[in-house]
Amino acid sequence: MATPTFTNPIVKWIDYRLPVFTFMQHELHEYPTPKNLNYWWNFGSLAGIVLVIMIATGIVLAMHYTPHVNYAFDSVERIMRDVNYGWLIRYLHMNGASAFFIIVYIHIFRGLYFGSYKSPRELLWMLGVVILLLMMATAFLGYVLPWGQMSFWGATVITNLFSAIPIIGDSIVTFLWGGFSVDNATLNRFFSLHYLLPFAIVGVVVLHIVALHQHGSNNPVGIDTKGPQDSIPFHPYYTVKDLFGLGVFLIFYVGFVTFAPNFFGEPDNYIEANPLLTPPHIVPEWYFLPFYAILRAFTQDALIYLPISWLMSAKLAGVLAMFASIAVLFVLPWLDSSPVRSARFRPIYKQFFWLLLIDCFVLGWVGANPAEGHFVVIGQVATAWYFAHFLIILPLLSRFETPKPLPTSINEPVLGGGASTTGAAAKPMEKA
Amino acid sequence: MMKKLLIGACAVLLLASAVPGAYAASGSVKPPPQKWSFQGLFGTFDRAALQRGFEVYNGVCAACHSLRLVAYRNLMEIGFTEDQVKKIAAAKEVTDGPNDEGEMFQRPARPSDKFVKPFPNEPAARAANNGAYPPDLSLMVKARLGGADYLHALMTGYKEPPADMKMGEGMNYNVYFAGNQIAMAPPLSEDVVEYADKTKATVAQMANDLTTFLSWAAEPEMEERKRIGVKAILFLIVFTGMLYAVKRKVWANLKH
Repeated sequence: MATPTFTNPIVKWIDYRLPVFTFMQHELHEYPTPKNLNYWWNFGSLAGIVLVIMIATGIVLAMHYTPHVNYAFDSVERIMRDVNYGWLIRYLHMNGASAFFIIVYIHIFRGLYFGSYKSPRELLWMLGVVILLLMMATAFLGYVLPWGQMSFWGATVITNLFSAIPIIGDSIVTFLWGGFSVDNATLNRFFSLHYLLPFAIVGVVVLHIVALHQHGSNNPVGIDTKGPQDSIPFHPYYTVKDLFGLGVFLIFYVGFVTFAPNFFGEPDNYIEANPLLTPPHIVPEWYFLPFYAILRAFTQDALIYLPISWLMSAKLAGVLAMFASIAVLFVLPWLDSSPVRSARFRPIYKQFFWLLLIDCFVLGWVGANPAEGHFVVIGQVATAWYFAHFLIILPLLSRFETPKPLPTSINEPVLGGGASTTGAAAKPMEKA
Repeated sequence: MMKKLLIGACAVLLLASAVPGAYAASGSVKPPPQKWSFQGLFGTFDRAALQRGFEVYNGVCAACHSLRLVAYRNLMEIGFTEDQVKKIAAAKEVTDGPNDEGEMFQRPARPSDKFVKPFPNEPAARAANNGAYPPDLSLMVKARLGGADYLHALMTGYKEPPADMKMGEGMNYNVYFAGNQIAMAPPLSEDVVEYADKTKATVAQMANDLTTFLSWAAEPEMEERKRIGVKAILFLIVFTGMLYAVKRKVWANLKH
């Protein structure tokens, strides 16, 4: 990490006083990155870019938006109809939220599959979970702003969850609303917080990247880099790879924005909020559906509720379970104590990983449907499985699973029985 | 890449699976899909249908339904001339003011005015409509599951109620309306409007024209949006292809 020498005199002059160029040289150019990262590693930088898109479009939208119950809906329609390219900015923002969650969910499951949360990256992982929580809060607040029917009733349902807290619950809800119902005061504070939180996300993202650069990226084989032969500089190798990934993403993103901009939305949100008329079927945005399913899984007669029914109401159990579904991710690095990171060398964990992914899709599917009939039972089983995966299966697996032999380094293929596909593929390429 | 596509496909399937659930939840029938001039990647609004659709709105719907987000000047976007728009606007009265004496006054509407509402407020609308509130139509196509297909189905979905069904007073049976009882009487009947272009005003023709017009009213940006989309995506495909070539070139010398 020697201080680089710059030839441009202006760069030299600035860098001597403010070492921004040295910093960039270290963190982008020299920053050693494992050479075997696959395309699943594109989603981190992609999430960062989408965050920038969201902030940029959001700032422009805020210039034209009016956070008042009488004008909010119409001001959004003014953006759609009368502001130059307002429809483009708004649809980029709307679909950007969905894209952000798709990317971040893939990013998280990448981390789960390849064990990116394990030592020494526990704090990196936990900061990521903080980002997810902040994103969820921001998305929820933002969805309220257009003041459509789903905005209003979604806000009512979610804020009402806090009333499940014993004794102080109702006071908390009144405090959140700034009154006795979701009204103008609520809309105003939601707008203020929706503008604030993204910058909090930026702050945590910076910490996330600092923590990442401390030990560098994990990799598909999941073993540490052992020397210069295992790693390549981030620039140009991963900058160009990330740019290519960005291009692929933009094709899909622009495709949705221009050809199916309301694909991820609810028709009901194009009806102005009406406190006197409850929609027949209140659903959250798609990215909250699995959590919504967990929330609704705790009914009076649910088997998963029985063990705690003496302690709390079913409603409170549902709320706590919903928050616990994220909280459990905070302690994941200690629930899974297997020293092997990558699922490639954990034959049993690999199968449970895919089961968990399917389980999350099932939860999302249940969350999208009315809580009746067989959906209730499926939702309860899927909820039980979700928690069992983290709280029972992972601790047991880390004890009893026999991992496959690990390759000796990222660069070298495994000799003999080991089944490292990356390692095996690396050899012929080296000869070529 | 394959895996990514696979997961994307799973996500799409999952989201699509939510839609039948929504129909089940609202207790209504899925509207049959129609052929629209504006569907697909390159679809544009049929101008003649748009103008006829406006005639249907103006002649039939406007008696009860507002279109408050659309201005008369917007009609120039669908092919009416400035003089035609001025005439259309001037046929309606709006309240303006206060004038120099502090009085509110009535004046003919101008192209810059939004479509004049048929009733001054909701209670007035309910009082005139047997207690029912005719909703604003500006966003109707975006605000209903099934969009244009639903609206078309609703216009043409009036039937005699089944013998065992008890209808509320003044209610009409409609196959596609949630709960099947709708306060709106069948709005379209043969020759209820006389088209300026002499097209035969059948119910199917009017339902098609009106739905086209209301689709434009809900998404006036649609044609420009698709045009930009086609150009942007063609550019992105070429650009991404070039990025891939650069990536291959940069990585080519690397032993990995």
